[in-house]
Amino acid sequence: MAVADTTQQKLVTLTIDEQQISVAPGTLVVDAAKRAGIDIPVFCYHPKMEPVGMCRMCLVEVGRPVLDRATGQPVMGEDGQPQLQFGTKLETGCTVPVSEGMVVRGYTDKVKEARDEVLEFLLTSHPLDCPICDKGGECPLQNLTMKFGPGQTRYIYDEKIRLDKHVPLGDLIFLDRERCIQCARCTRFQTEIADDPVIGFNERGRKLEIVTFSDPGFDSYWSGNTTDICPVGALTTADFRFGARPWELKSVASICTHCPVNCNTTLNTRREAKSGGKAVVKRIMPRQNEMVNEIWLCDKGRFVYQYTEEANRIAQPLLSKNNQLTPASWDEALAAVADKVKKSGGKLTTVVSGRLSNEDYFNIKAFTEAAKGQIALYSHMAGGDLVSQVGLGQGSNLADLGKGDAILVVASDLEEEASLWWLRVKQAAERGATLIVANPRRTKLEREATHVVRYSYGEEAAAVHALIDSISPKRPEQTEAVKRLMTQDEIKAAAKDIAEAQNLVVFYGSEGTDLAASESLASAAANLLIATGHVGKPNNGLVAVWDKSNVQGAWELGLRPSGDLASLMKDAEVLYLVGVDPSGDDPQLAAAVDAAKFVVVQELAETKTTQAADVVLPAQAFTEREGTLTSGERRVQRYYPAVPAVGETRADYTIAAQLGALIGATLEAVSAGRVFTQLVETNEAYKGLTMQRLAEVTEQWPIIGRADVYYGGTTYDNKSGLGVQVPTAADRGETPVLSFAQPLERERGDGLLAVPVTKLYDHGNMISKTVLLHNRLQKPQVTLNPEDAERLGLEDGKATKVSVNGVQAAVTAYLDNSLPRGTVLIPRSLGLPISGPYTLKVEA
Amino acid sequence: MNDILLRHREIKDIGQLAVYRQNEGFEGFKRAVTGMQPDELTEMVKASGLRGRGGAGFSTGMKWSFIDKNAWPHYVVVNADESEPGTFKDREIMESNPFQFLEGVALCAYAVGAHTAYVYLRGEFWQLAAHLDARIAEMEKEGLLGDNLFGSEYSLRIYTHLGAGAYICGEETALLESLEGKLGQPRLRPPFPPSFGLYGKPTIVNNVETLANVPMIVQKGVDWFRGFGTEKSPGTKVFSLSGNVVKPGNYELPLGTTFRELIYMHGGGITDGRKIKAIMPAGASSSLIVADDKALDTPMDYESVPSVGAMLGSASIIVVDETVSMDWLINKTMHFFQHESCGKCTPCREGTYWMRHLTERIHHNQATWDDVILLQDVASNVKGKCLCALGDFSTEAVISSITRFRGDFEAKVGVPLSAPAEAELKEQVSN
Repeated sequence: MAVADTTQQKLVTLTIDEQQISVAPGTLVVDAAKRAGIDIPVFCYHPKMEPVGMCRMCLVEVGRPVLDRATGQPVMGEDGQPQLQFGTKLETGCTVPVSEGMVVRGYTDKVKEARDEVLEFLLTSHPLDCPICDKGGECPLQNLTMKFGPGQTRYIYDEKIRLDKHVPLGDLIFLDRERCIQCARCTRFQTEIADDPVIGFNERGRKLEIVTFSDPGFDSYWSGNTTDICPVGALTTADFRFGARPWELKSVASICTHCPVNCNTTLNTRREAKSGGKAVVKRIMPRQNEMVNEIWLCDKGRFVYQYTEEANRIAQPLLSKNNQLTPASWDEALAAVADKVKKSGGKLTTVVSGRLSNEDYFNIKAFTEAAKGQIALYSHMAGGDLVSQVGLGQGSNLADLGKGDAILVVASDLEEEASLWWLRVKQAAERGATLIVANPRRTKLEREATHVVRYSYGEEAAAVHALIDSISPKRPEQTEAVKRLMTQDEIKAAAKDIAEAQNLVVFYGSEGTDLAASESLASAAANLLIATGHVGKPNNGLVAVWDKSNVQGAWELGLRPSGDLASLMKDAEVLYLVGVDPSGDDPQLAAAVDAAKFVVVQELAETKTTQAADVVLPAQAFTEREGTLTSGERRVQRYYPAVPAVGETRADYTIAAQLGALIGATLEAVSAGRVFTQLVETNEAYKGLTMQRLAEVTEQWPIIGRADVYYGGTTYDNKSGLGVQVPTAADRGETPVLSFAQPLERERGDGLLAVPVTKLYDHGNMISKTVLLHNRLQKPQVTLNPEDAERLGLEDGKATKVSVNGVQAAVTAYLDNSLPRGTVLIPRSLGLPISGPYTLKVEA
Repeated sequence: MNDILLRHREIKDIGQLAVYRQNEGFEGFKRAVTGMQPDELTEMVKASGLRGRGGAGFSTGMKWSFIDKNAWPHYVVVNADESEPGTFKDREIMESNPFQFLEGVALCAYAVGAHTAYVYLRGEFWQLAAHLDARIAEMEKEGLLGDNLFGSEYSLRIYTHLGAGAYICGEETALLESLEGKLGQPRLRPPFPPSFGLYGKPTIVNNVETLANVPMIVQKGVDWFRGFGTEKSPGTKVFSLSGNVVKPGNYELPLGTTFRELIYMHGGGITDGRKIKAIMPAGASSSLIVADDKALDTPMDYESVPSVGAMLGSASIIVVDETVSMDWLINKTMHFFQHESCGKCTPCREGTYWMRHLTERIHHNQATWDDVILLQDVASNVKGKCLCALGDFSTEAVISSITRFRGDFEAKVGVPLSAPAEAELKEQVSN
């Protein structure tokens, strides 16, 4: 639920348990109490969802001043105070909005008895299997029973209802029907927040049960969140159930490294015998950051961490001897690399992944520069420089966007590319923001869209130009595509709304784009913001839906992707690959790697590329070290080491620093904090940042983890930092200039146009190590328009073979009637190499 | 006397459209559509004093006037769920006097500016749904439903919709949920349906019998209508009489008729001349009235019945004679409520389940006074704490039978109630 703005409205004053408090009109009694520091216990109420008043736990006495019918003024009693009228029945504090002069009594005998009674009722059907329940120790039902409940039962145990206890709702979530207290938090979450209403109630009365009606079961990227908000142990995740007791767990703050949202997480770890006494990650939970992920986390962020486990890792350096990678010492391996680098005469090519930390980038870049080599970012997207200039203004929070504001999402299937942003944009639209979704085909975000703009793949920049020119013509000569798009009613309507918007945020993704197209699109999107004056202020600006978690951080430090990575790599005397797998991604790149003289790969785990390496340097996973990341919203956030490093692995920034030392460059190797201190000095946007500032926390709403218990554990609590959103160049007073670049347009060849799209559950090197998700990973696939499919003799769900870039692969064909004819969608990292749009011949 | 509602008992074949029209059928509707402002019609119904016949007895005209005129479209939804045990009045009206009912729906729709009305029937009424569909088709054919009725701007369509057999769907907001295709569970109130009803739009939900009154009010006038019944409860009421009586059935009598007249004059007295013991005036949701002379002489209207410790409700009068022991009766009602609790709120979902276990034990001679006292306590813990009225209703028979017919429980438990236990029992009742 949106919290009413307390600054602008006339406040309502009421008294709760003798304490006077003024809150915004419309605030519910339970929330008002929370603000006053008073806990009214709840089960079904959740501050992020509409109230339903089902569980009756929050019953309180509510008195209202008696109003004189004629004057509307309160009637005064003999004591000079307004006369109060209390209802005969208790009222649910979660459904009653505050009113002027209201008096709420939360601790009278009548109220205490009611709480005792509701708990007694709940416990009559509850199995009381706390000793073996995963929720035990962080369970709202357990906690509230201890605080308010009856000491003993009056219910005959044999009369307890017996229900199924291990019901898989899907691969990820299990339901214990006996423990369920029918609060509907999970079903409401799936309907109201996730917009995947795939679970619901079946039957009625005491037989009321949660069921799933999707195939596969509980088919949603958000399912894990239901286990967090479940106030009992009814819903548990498949990875954690019967895995550990909450009180044994250590909580370490972290940041999700799977997408540019950079959700705040807590890693729960435990030392255990089966891991040789080492601490291991038992689960990942969302950590509250209302400016980033609120209290939510997508299932990829929650479940994908097995790739960091020891069994999947390279634990020590490897050196190629007689064409065989054999274990070596760090000294040997580093010396071998330094030796080649020194002899390369500046022909060092470094390629870095988009998911490294800022400190890693800083040191790796410094090392490369010291060796006079060149460095490239492994990414298919561009525009990070523009985001640095006109990105989200400092102080932005997507939660502030609403009525009167506009959001444009172009070339992105947002839920697949950056799930939490989908959620936040959806919520902004629900609050009344104008949402314009521009994409050649239907995506989930369109359900909330005010305007849906369709263009053909390759025209993404032209579509944005059409919007700019519909608002105010900035360029006399327009391309044919722009002229044609400008005749579309939806573009005209969207342009009108953009022109009138108070705030404007533009998200651009990489649906259908390669690097060149991405650059053109980013430039068009930046021009739109500049032309309409939506830069350099909070809640305005450009957001790139990056392909990796810290691509923006890489751009901030001056790293850039290469337009011709294959040539760059092929010609290298020393090729230094950090966290990337070109050989696994694309046969062309594999050939380039093979052509390079000496290949050094710094990685977590074995990949096709490490197999081609001369030296493999084992790196630490994000769980084992500290560092900072810069999100797509340009929030710099900090993560902390949670488990001991696997084997002899070292942090990426340390390895780079140690390599640097061998070629005469002095770099910080010991701590990320020291690297961070250096990097903020060299970077305008980061000026003044310290690790301490990133760790600061201010109070957030809703308040989590008090005795009223929305959540019974400790992992939601953010004690380790909300991060800092850094200023853009525009924030710092630089005036961005319109570039007037023409949109990139490509000639269409004969045949079908294959375009890359992104899927959350692809076959990336990390997610594919998570066994739990194997059934949920997308199949290698192509998606076609039904007419094209019919011509080719393909049916929905039918297996077929395609040959792409020299790779022949068995794929499943899917049909999508919203897809433009003549187009084939090929997801990235899903068995078929695809780096950009190109013409393709599909044979059925 | 079947002056207003059960006119088919007097006028043969009034269930045929031609016959109904010969008896001034649809004249009122035509007059309203062609010559009356919608608000005039609402005012007329308000003036008639007609009160909702579904159980709550709220002023019908007042309800119509509450419809939110700032939000459109408006809907009329007829509650034809008739699921209260012992209630079978709506069924007879819809079966035998369907056009009068449908004219009532049409008048209501016109009064509140609705162009669509739904008749929500309980699932078991599938034959009735087909019957009504056929009547609606006849009306459409004769231009009594459809576009531009009687040459006016006004259009109206009526649809029937079948529930799936849940008692809770007689609760108006659960009914609306069910009509929307969702699980039948009550909504929070407020907001009330006249401002937030079907699909979130202003909606008037009325009972079948309520609306069947309206054509006669329009046809014969407010004064004529007020000639029946009492000052505060004008009109007649169809009393569904059942239980241990010689002649069970529907009886249309003026509101304010005494229990005695209904049971002994019209109902032919108690089966086999036995002695009356108790009356449940509102079906299973009812408190048990001790059927003494005072009770028997109490007028059956909305104001008087509370004086003997019950509500008139839907006026489904279940007569209980001396052969019935209350432990059996409350066990039956608890089975019903436990089966029909929707499960949305805790006290009702868990309380009905618990109470059913207790009544079961008591009925099967496996209980002590502790169990009876516990039952009373559980019932009083449910009462007043639920989301909708079903939970409260489930406790009425339990609490009233334990307090008013203690002898039955003493006989079951085998010992008289001790003084301390009696004090405990009293304390719970007062809670």
